[in-house]
Amino acid sequence: MIPCPTADEGPIAAMRNVDFSYDDGTEALHSVTLDVWRGEHIALVGGNGSGKTTIAKLLNGLLRPSRGHVLVKGNDAAKESVAALSRTVGYAFQNPDHQLFCSTVAEEVLFGPKNLGFADAKAVEKADRALSLMSIGHLKDKAPLSLSLGDRRRVSVASVIAMDPEVLVLDEPSTGLDAGEAAELMRALDGLNQEGKTIILITHEMRLVAEHSERVLVMAHGHVVLDCRTRVAFSEPEALHESGLIPPAAIQLAHRLSDFGVSPEVLTVDELAEEVAKVWGARI
Amino acid sequence: MNALRMRDVSVRYPDADRDSLDSVSLDIARGEWVLLLGANGAGKSTLCMLTNGLIPHVVKCSLKGQVEVFGKDVARHSVATLSTKVGIVFQEPENQLFCMSAEEEVAFGPENLAIDREEIAARVEWALETVGLLGCNDRPPSSLSGGQKQRLAIAAALSMRPEMLVLDEPTYALDPIGRIELYSLLADLKKKHNMTVLVVERDAEEAAAFADRIALMSEGRIVRTGRPKEVLADPNALRFIGVPPPQLCEFSEALYTRVGGPKIDSITLEAVAREISTVLSAKKGVEVIHP
Repeated sequence: MIPCPTADEGPIAAMRNVDFSYDDGTEALHSVTLDVWRGEHIALVGGNGSGKTTIAKLLNGLLRPSRGHVLVKGNDAAKESVAALSRTVGYAFQNPDHQLFCSTVAEEVLFGPKNLGFADAKAVEKADRALSLMSIGHLKDKAPLSLSLGDRRRVSVASVIAMDPEVLVLDEPSTGLDAGEAAELMRALDGLNQEGKTIILITHEMRLVAEHSERVLVMAHGHVVLDCRTRVAFSEPEALHESGLIPPAAIQLAHRLSDFGVSPEVLTVDELAEEVAKVWGARI
Repeated sequence: MNALRMRDVSVRYPDADRDSLDSVSLDIARGEWVLLLGANGAGKSTLCMLTNGLIPHVVKCSLKGQVEVFGKDVARHSVATLSTKVGIVFQEPENQLFCMSAEEEVAFGPENLAIDREEIAARVEWALETVGLLGCNDRPPSSLSGGQKQRLAIAAALSMRPEMLVLDEPTYALDPIGRIELYSLLADLKKKHNMTVLVVERDAEEAAAFADRIALMSEGRIVRTGRPKEVLADPNALRFIGVPPPQLCEFSEALYTRVGGPKIDSITLEAVAREISTVLSAKKGVEVIHP
């Protein structure tokens, strides 16, 4: 869904000149300013240790800025509890085991909506929808920590979806999933985005970014070094490389063929094949 | 003598209704790099755990058939003995790091073999240097980045001076450049020490070009093995077992559908770019100059 910011509605989440240092002195973010608009599908990317997870945790109040402000729906997040913020911004941890604690999958997914004060029937409805979106209804009675990494991952994402937040921040949600499972997860997220949810996807999988996200925020050493449409981001391989990232092979190939008139702004294999076929046809 | 020799190996976990490995036979030569591809649940990790005897000695299950590593039958040798031949690095490095410092982590294995102190120190130094973590000796593993943790897990395996490394989805938490660095490190170990390498992945994208041979696995069976070029020439075989073909293969397929050619024979970016450039230049009627 293409966001359409209006004058009367500001960004749903924003950061203003945010610095963040961990207790051990590690400076994780330097003067980060960004706006997230309702309905956006954003990829937050960068090398290991570039500050992605720190941003995610600041947005839902798990961390508080050392300097600067985090705004959620226009309000200073510093004045809100994590519980209040989590109604707006849901965060699925990078390591699902940091999040899972109930004895069954059903309880795990129900915990969030119940805790937010939804009536029992409503909470169950939200939990069931999340279970079915993640295709884990059959695991309801299992112990979360007995599951495979891929299934634990899906339980953790489901437990965030169940809280029905307006912004979903998912930290490496596809790790542990195989290609089929990852595609299914991305379909579910795209569906939620179509319904108007804002998606912030933290990932190393550049192919997922190219195929699903409209906007890319590239992090390096605690700075946002690139913030633009996905198509444009991948046409800046140098900026990406500095951040430990490499565009998907199809995009790299497009760059190498740009002298022949192949557009370097392709995102998918099909777009590339179409471009090369055009050049091919034109040369017959 | 092969590094790994498996004959009709079947493994079934307690309470499972089917075999996790189903009559698997596989040989890996010394110094060979095999990439094992398959979807979740294909049996890849089970196969890995056989290579240092975690199956059958630690993980309870029924095992049929024969597994030999460097001529040693895994059912008759302890995990400790087999670990001097085969080092395993698992998917989640956190799960295998438990010491207070990187150095202790790497020293743990050889200390348990009661090797003398100087030799241990030399091995720790070598292993940390090999993976590019020299200088991080005193850092707690928990303070390292994802990529560094993965390399530390490899260093811990290397300090046992194994002849074979088995890596179960080693790149899952690494950024794209970290992945290339990891594979380059393995390539270096193979070149300098004739290291045998078995890498398990669910995705062939970056891994394929490094391997000597690819084995495809599905539902507990090895359904195909071959040189990377041969295996990747049939993207549907990959799709059939739930593994996405590399983008370059998909591209060559998509281009062929659209214009009826060319059949691209390469699997690396440089080579594919060269092939396509040549064809496009020929059509244009000018000579292509490769950079």
